[in-house]
Amino acid sequence: MLQGGFILTVSFGYLGLLFAIAYFGDKRADAGRSIIANPYIYALSLTVYCTAWTFYGSVGRAANSGVGFLPIYIGPTVLAPLWWIVLRKIVRISKIHRITSIADFIASRYGKSTLLGGLATVIAVLGIVPYISLQLKAISTSFLVISEYPEIRMPTDPGQLSIFHDTAFYAALVLAAFTILFGTRHLDATERHEGLVAAIAFESVVKLAAFLAVGIFVTYGLYNGFSDILTKAETVPNLMELFHFGDAHGTYGNWTWLVFLSMLAVILLPRQFQVAVVENVNEDHIRKAIWLFPLYLWAINLFVLPVTIAGLVHFAGGPVEADSFVLALPMAEKKEWLALFVFLGGMSAATGMVIVATIALSTMVCNDLVMPVLLRVPEPNLLQRKELGGLLLGIRRGVIILVLLLSYVYFRYVGEFYTLVSIGLVSFTAVAQFAPALLGGIFWKGGTRWGALCGLSGGFLIWAYTLVLPSLSHAGLLPVTLLDEGPFGISILRPDHLFGLQHFDPVSHAMFWSMLINVSLYVGGSLLSRPSVIELNQANLFVDVFRPPGMLAESTIWKGRALVPDLKSLLARFLGAKRSDEIFAAYAKQHNVDWSLSWEADPGLVDYAEKILAGAIGSASARAMVASVVKEEPVSLEEVMHIVDEARQIKAYSRELERKSRQLEQATAELRAANARLQELDQLKDEFISTITHELRTPLTSIRAFAEILIDNPDMDVAQRKEFLDIVTRESERLSRLINEVLDFQKVESGAVALDFTQVDIREVIQEVFASLGRIIEEKGIEVEFEIPVQVPKIEGDHDRLTQVVMNLVSNAVKFCDPERGFIGITVKVQKNSLRVDVRDNGVGISPAMQNIIFEKFRQVEDAVRGRPAGSGLGLAITKRIVEIHGGRIWVDSVPSKGSVFSFVLPLKAEQRLQKLRSESLTD
Amino acid sequence: MPSGNRGNQWLIAIFLLGALLFDYPILSLFNSDVNVLGIPLLVAYFFAIWAVMIVLFMIVTRGPVKGSSRKSKERGR
Repeated sequence: MLQGGFILTVSFGYLGLLFAIAYFGDKRADAGRSIIANPYIYALSLTVYCTAWTFYGSVGRAANSGVGFLPIYIGPTVLAPLWWIVLRKIVRISKIHRITSIADFIASRYGKSTLLGGLATVIAVLGIVPYISLQLKAISTSFLVISEYPEIRMPTDPGQLSIFHDTAFYAALVLAAFTILFGTRHLDATERHEGLVAAIAFESVVKLAAFLAVGIFVTYGLYNGFSDILTKAETVPNLMELFHFGDAHGTYGNWTWLVFLSMLAVILLPRQFQVAVVENVNEDHIRKAIWLFPLYLWAINLFVLPVTIAGLVHFAGGPVEADSFVLALPMAEKKEWLALFVFLGGMSAATGMVIVATIALSTMVCNDLVMPVLLRVPEPNLLQRKELGGLLLGIRRGVIILVLLLSYVYFRYVGEFYTLVSIGLVSFTAVAQFAPALLGGIFWKGGTRWGALCGLSGGFLIWAYTLVLPSLSHAGLLPVTLLDEGPFGISILRPDHLFGLQHFDPVSHAMFWSMLINVSLYVGGSLLSRPSVIELNQANLFVDVFRPPGMLAESTIWKGRALVPDLKSLLARFLGAKRSDEIFAAYAKQHNVDWSLSWEADPGLVDYAEKILAGAIGSASARAMVASVVKEEPVSLEEVMHIVDEARQIKAYSRELERKSRQLEQATAELRAANARLQELDQLKDEFISTITHELRTPLTSIRAFAEILIDNPDMDVAQRKEFLDIVTRESERLSRLINEVLDFQKVESGAVALDFTQVDIREVIQEVFASLGRIIEEKGIEVEFEIPVQVPKIEGDHDRLTQVVMNLVSNAVKFCDPERGFIGITVKVQKNSLRVDVRDNGVGISPAMQNIIFEKFRQVEDAVRGRPAGSGLGLAITKRIVEIHGGRIWVDSVPSKGSVFSFVLPLKAEQRLQKLRSESLTD
Repeated sequence: MPSGNRGNQWLIAIFLLGALLFDYPILSLFNSDVNVLGIPLLVAYFFAIWAVMIVLFMIVTRGPVKGSSRKSKERGR
């Protein structure tokens, strides 16, 4: 039954079914009732990741390296949870900027760079063509194998057939036609293909079902479960080694690199970008895909090892290649229908990949390679043409055919030398080169166009050198000596052991070197270059895409003038007049603008039109087209920096505000303290005035009283009169002394006192004081004790003022010492750089609380028994001030009811401290 | 991405866990000739942990991520 004709019919029937699904999907989408708007379809469409490589190649790889087929699926599984962070961000950015391919994404991020978009496209095409050729190989091989039924024969080398006898050639043509039908039926502003996604999802179900069917058949039909297969495996030599890692060097290193590589590939492969980003309907679908996608991978891998073992046992030593076990096992057991189902499953896997990848590539080549060139050549001048939509579609269709033919050529001349998986890994490594520029671009604002260009081209060159060159060499297109001896015999540059690196398989080896170069150049180039205005703007829009919308809209920079009709006709040329009218009407309605009043387009509209256009022809080309109808004024770097810094400034402001308010609080507290102090001083002043006036009034009163008596009694006897006049004189003296003291204090306090610095002998000072106080001391019968060294160094100071200090302290001691058995002790001690004088008495002493404030002005020690002592209360304050002016220090030690010791210390050299003190007192 | 998102932190934590479990040296612990229920230990380990990870993804993406994304949407409005 399984003849070539029948299989062809079934194949075309299947493709027809796919087309029907796609058609239905598109119709429903047009009607606004999308069939793909659910997370399950989204997750299924993501499994376009599983190609013929998975379907046939996993078993092939497992036959060679056992568990080595797994990292390709483990990597995406491990990465899946980060999709919510990484993929969602890419999706959001792409939606906002209407990005339709990974090359467009990179170009747009780095300032809508045509050069970068073109480079990324070249890398994608060169990287993916081998991968597509792999699918062609799978389709043609499986077709040839199944059409030999019931024989199981491996197809002959297609290189020996003419092209027109080669199934793969026809497969390429059919797929090209099919892809054109699917992907380029109309030019959509969003470049979304709902019907296509529906068909891909359906294919994903078919391939999984087919693989599970063959897996279950082999495991439970041919054998009795896993352990039964394992028992059989033990009979075949070396088979058990497939179940664990070998002991070879670098086994785990290779494993890690492959896991890492697949993590990158699952996002960066153009077809994955197409289904995961461009075709995404709702960001929220990613959430379910995070576990549905790994679940699918898990399921499709479950039976790989059993099928592999069964195949190895079954076809031991035979000519059947491991890549064909999946198909050959049901054929060998004469299960025609199962074999047919498996064939369809394999075809699903292959066609799904080919269609999506080719569409993605055609969009890329058209938008990022052909359009920029066409826009630059003067003839035919595109800008003058009325209608460009048809041209765009034509370009894309041409690209699709070209890509498939290129893949066929690769398959025919190079691909034959490789297993399915090795070819796929070469492609993985190529697209992994996008990782630094893309991932760096969405999380790091510092990445620049220059850095991306350097990184991308550096990584790409290393990839080509370490992976492609050897493959061309194996294919006989380049001399083998290149591999064995290195270029020009320089062995350190051998492509598969660059700089002598050993123990890595070719893919890990290429990954290591290319990533090293790529990342280094990207980061280094970015740090060394200065981004342009538009780069800075795009960097902000991309990295901060999740910022609140208000702030984002403001950061769109555009200055210039454009007319609405110009923009409209520009869009009409690419999208058709009807579609362009609709788009503008929608904008007018949404933003409530009326263009009949003014033809001037606002910046928002220009931006909107550019994004719509970017969806059709790519961001770099859209930029160029829009620029052609817009009179733009250059935006200065300062303006951009201003916008860029806005958020940072706001942050800085709020921090500044916090700081200021803290300072304010502090200042308030200080002010409050100062105020309290002022109030206290004010109160003291009041007290002082009352004290002073009281003190002044006492002598005044007595003077006046005696004067009145003298007036009233003119006949008073002379002795009496003399006595009274004596009193008046004494009281007047006391009055003037008091006033002098107040004036003196005022002078000292204000710093206005002029000190006459000389060399002062403190012994002389003490002698003078006791000479003048000698009489009163004798009268009171006070015992005096001196403890003064014979040699006392002279100090720098004002003789009279220091006399005043000693006088004050001694007279206080005289005043307060024990009235019955008074005692005063004077001690002078010579210290290192200073002189200390103690004046002791045996009076009532001073309570600790008073000790602290006794030196303050207007303070007096009040005594319950004796009342307020005579004096102004300024003596000690003046004394303290004088000591301080001399750079010294004064304090009191006292035990109540035992007596007090007033001590002061004066520096021998007073000058420096004096200066300091003067300046302090001025600022006081 | 929204800051302070606990859901995101869970996702990152699980990613790190997965990266740890599926790499050297943990893998080398299971690299032996022993069979578990008739299945080689390493293979059993892979598929079991793989399944566990999927269940973890399911739990985490159902719980906190959902709540936080809703909240952030509301904040966005």
